[in-house]
Amino acid sequence: MNVESAPILSIITFLPLLGAAFIAFLPRNAGGDRNARHTALYTTLFTFAISLIIWINFDPRTADFQFVEEMAWIGPFNYKMGVDGISMLFVILTTFLMPLCILASWESVQHRVKEYMIAFLVLETLMIGVFCALDLMLFYLFFEAGLIPMFLIIGVWGGKRRVYASFKFFLYTLLGSVLMLLAMFTMIAVAGTADIPTLMQIGPTKFSADLQWWLWLAFFASFAVKMPMWPVHTWLPDAHVEAPTAGSVILAGILLKMGGYGFLRFSLPMFPVASMELANVVFVLSVVAVIYTSLVALAQEDIKKLIAYSSVAHMGFVTMGIFTFNQQGIDGAIFQMLSHGLVSAALFLCVGIVYDRMHTREIAAYGGLADRMPIYAVVFMIFTMANVGLPGTSGFVGEFLTLLGAFKANTWVALLATTGVILSAGYALYLYRRVVFGALEKASLKAIPDMNAREIAIMAPLVILTILFGFYPAFLLDVMAVSVKQLVTNFEAALAQSTALATQ
Amino acid sequence: MSTFMTYAPAFPEILLAIAAMLFLMVGAFNDDNEKTGAFVGWLSIAAMVAAGALIIMQPADTKTLFNDAFVVDQFARFMKLLILGGAAVAMLLSFDYLTNKGLMKFEYPILMLLSCVGMMMMVSAGDLIALYMGLELQSLSLYVMAAMKRDNVRSSESGLKYFVLGALSSGMLLYGASLVYGFTGSTEFSVIANVAQQGSAAENIGLIVGLVFMLVGLAFKISAVPFHMWTPDVYQGAPTPVTAFFAAAPKMAAMGLMMRVLGGAFPGLEPQWQQIIWFVAIGSMLLGAFAAIGQNNIKRLMAYSSIGHVGFALVGLAAGTPEGAQGVLVYLAIYLVMTLGTFACILAMQRGDDMIEEIDQLAGLAQNNLPMAFALAMLMFSLAGIPPLAGFWAKVYVFWPAIQAGLYPLAIIGVIASVIGAYYYLRIVKIMFFDEPQEKFVPISVNLGVVMVAATIFIFAFALPQLGGPIVEAAGAAAKSLRL
Repeated sequence: MNVESAPILSIITFLPLLGAAFIAFLPRNAGGDRNARHTALYTTLFTFAISLIIWINFDPRTADFQFVEEMAWIGPFNYKMGVDGISMLFVILTTFLMPLCILASWESVQHRVKEYMIAFLVLETLMIGVFCALDLMLFYLFFEAGLIPMFLIIGVWGGKRRVYASFKFFLYTLLGSVLMLLAMFTMIAVAGTADIPTLMQIGPTKFSADLQWWLWLAFFASFAVKMPMWPVHTWLPDAHVEAPTAGSVILAGILLKMGGYGFLRFSLPMFPVASMELANVVFVLSVVAVIYTSLVALAQEDIKKLIAYSSVAHMGFVTMGIFTFNQQGIDGAIFQMLSHGLVSAALFLCVGIVYDRMHTREIAAYGGLADRMPIYAVVFMIFTMANVGLPGTSGFVGEFLTLLGAFKANTWVALLATTGVILSAGYALYLYRRVVFGALEKASLKAIPDMNAREIAIMAPLVILTILFGFYPAFLLDVMAVSVKQLVTNFEAALAQSTALATQ
Repeated sequence: MSTFMTYAPAFPEILLAIAAMLFLMVGAFNDDNEKTGAFVGWLSIAAMVAAGALIIMQPADTKTLFNDAFVVDQFARFMKLLILGGAAVAMLLSFDYLTNKGLMKFEYPILMLLSCVGMMMMVSAGDLIALYMGLELQSLSLYVMAAMKRDNVRSSESGLKYFVLGALSSGMLLYGASLVYGFTGSTEFSVIANVAQQGSAAENIGLIVGLVFMLVGLAFKISAVPFHMWTPDVYQGAPTPVTAFFAAAPKMAAMGLMMRVLGGAFPGLEPQWQQIIWFVAIGSMLLGAFAAIGQNNIKRLMAYSSIGHVGFALVGLAAGTPEGAQGVLVYLAIYLVMTLGTFACILAMQRGDDMIEEIDQLAGLAQNNLPMAFALAMLMFSLAGIPPLAGFWAKVYVFWPAIQAGLYPLAIIGVIASVIGAYYYLRIVKIMFFDEPQEKFVPISVNLGVVMVAATIFIFAFALPQLGGPIVEAAGAAAKSLRL
């Protein structure tokens, strides 16, 4: 079969759904549960393998959408899929993290295993779809439908306050998205098409400056909640803390990235004038997020909550980078998102490892783990450092590039955001010291076993990639370079055009 | 023969009317027991299916009969299919419940058939008198059905309430119709439309007053705010399959009638009635969203939910464009399926001989009966308007025309109401999936199971072009035959 002509994006999007359908017919007993785990693992691994074909066949020299599929759908909407240098990497990130999530839930999820695996596979389909969709309605469909499985994952397999957290997550994100839906209708009504590549071309000229404002705000409502940006981030710590480990991994690793992806796919190319005018708002919110949530993180007593706040702070770097409108800033933002996808996922997995043993996330319940769990101490150390942004880890590259971009755009923003780097070292190292170092005094920790083979297998690829991307970022940057460059060029051209119109 | 064939457009109604009388004979000359009742029930489903087949076989054109009092166009056909589909499925849902409660009398399906004839006349009305005849034939049958469980206080109360308020609304409607007749000199929609199009709003003030009164009467029938008060009591009090029927067929008919009147008789007064629809839509959406939050009885909750959904459907009508009308029709078709599927689940909530109506009793259903919990959860997500389920598409097709028509405030209030409303749908999902299991329900009967499965497949498959496409197209063709 010719790879070029096969509908490969649809295949990787809907393959997990097929796996879910298969699991649905398994019997409800111990054997069925075992089969459900294996089916889910093989399905996600297979999906990952196929998604690598996309990367191999991807042409990084063009900014056009590749592997495009198009079919008539309902009414004026088309089923159109395709990836460019920006979205392709997110697709790979999704397919890469999924098998790890399944493995991480191998032993910790013991009740309603079938439903759990089905929910995750359905979620994978929807997440891949978000990054591949090239039609407004198709994008919205995938973007929003993900709420259903995530609601169930948090609510059924979550912690004590799972009901509160799941409702908060659902309603917060829904409220943001419905305004985006109305903005999409307006765009279709004004521009006469729901095709994303076309809108990226004609959007800046079709939408007047006033209209861009409103559209930008409506999209912002959705993406800022999803991202999440201060002050609409409050759902995230709750959702993270209550979600099962794999749920937190998916939330931090992928769902948060949809906001950043949305800014790059919609706000910048389609509403450049509004983006430019409102960039300062985003800068302020980003800087507040970086500093304020870092300080909040310092005060946390719950490991997961601390990492959740650190996620908000790191996403602050991303929004700041995106709205610098220059190559470094945007490159850095995308890199930061991908790196955060690995690092925060790994940190949540680290929490999951000790949580599975001790069933508590209180920082105070730990201490001196290095004595009993040397491998764990090393792994946790690597990701703590990556979270801090130590050179040599992927976390550094993203933060450095976004700060560089921000310095060009607005020195004050860069200056203030840099304090976040220091604060992040503060809370991350403080957490590490309290959990891993010190004397092993607590009786309950005396017999804690180190990571087993399964856990090492989950962590190994994350460790390797975090360091690889830290030393050789070009691996990712080369893929996105042309697409980002095109984005920046188009953005500047559109701005120049609108200023020319204004002066006439 | 040729005279006979001129009545061809009315054959479906004639068939049902004759069938109703024939089945009455079948019932009267057989023993008055459950067997006869069930037999007549199945016969009436067959009659509805046959009438539906006749409608599908009709050529896609516009025909008028009886001096333009009876109009058969694509719109009427679309609405009639919805009505017949809703009624037939509601009948299918009734058997187990009625047999269980000793209510399986042959009068029940016959009343349903007669109300169907009335509803079909409503959506085909081309004249104020035809409109009123259809409406009353429908309403009188429904009053009796609501009070079917005559030994039960709630059921009798609901029947009485429905009757008194229904009579009041009919009175308002008649008063409005008399004003309209007085100011235009005709009961025919086309003549009224001509008069309304001539002259300014100031000159037509009497006509506008008549229009307002008619709209009040119609708002009662579709249970839109501020004329919704009867709905929760009637929904809760009436026997559950009757409630399912109320939520399905009469709602379609009343919405159809409203569109017929506004599109057929008052296209010239669009700016005037648009304001009213605008207000009623906002009121219904918000009330539906807020009032349902505190409900613990699932039938009452569905009543408030239906008020909210009427509000959403009216958003499309407020746009006053063919696309808007198309949106309303798509909305109604999808809502019909969702509501019938939900009522199939409600009817399956049974322990021993007792019907359960408390939402709390659904606790942990996902662990006792996952297929039913899944079906109900998906129906709830669909009612909340979450993609990719059908309820999302319903909202797309009404909000999109509203945006096109520039009704931004209405659309924004609408989507916010839908987020608030999502809360109580989620609550049901939460109770079923997150809470600890309760005692099991009795096994689901075949009839209920079939409806549940069909509804669940429908709400998923609507996103496929093979299913959603034709429905949207048919709705579009139907909307074109209205003069909106």
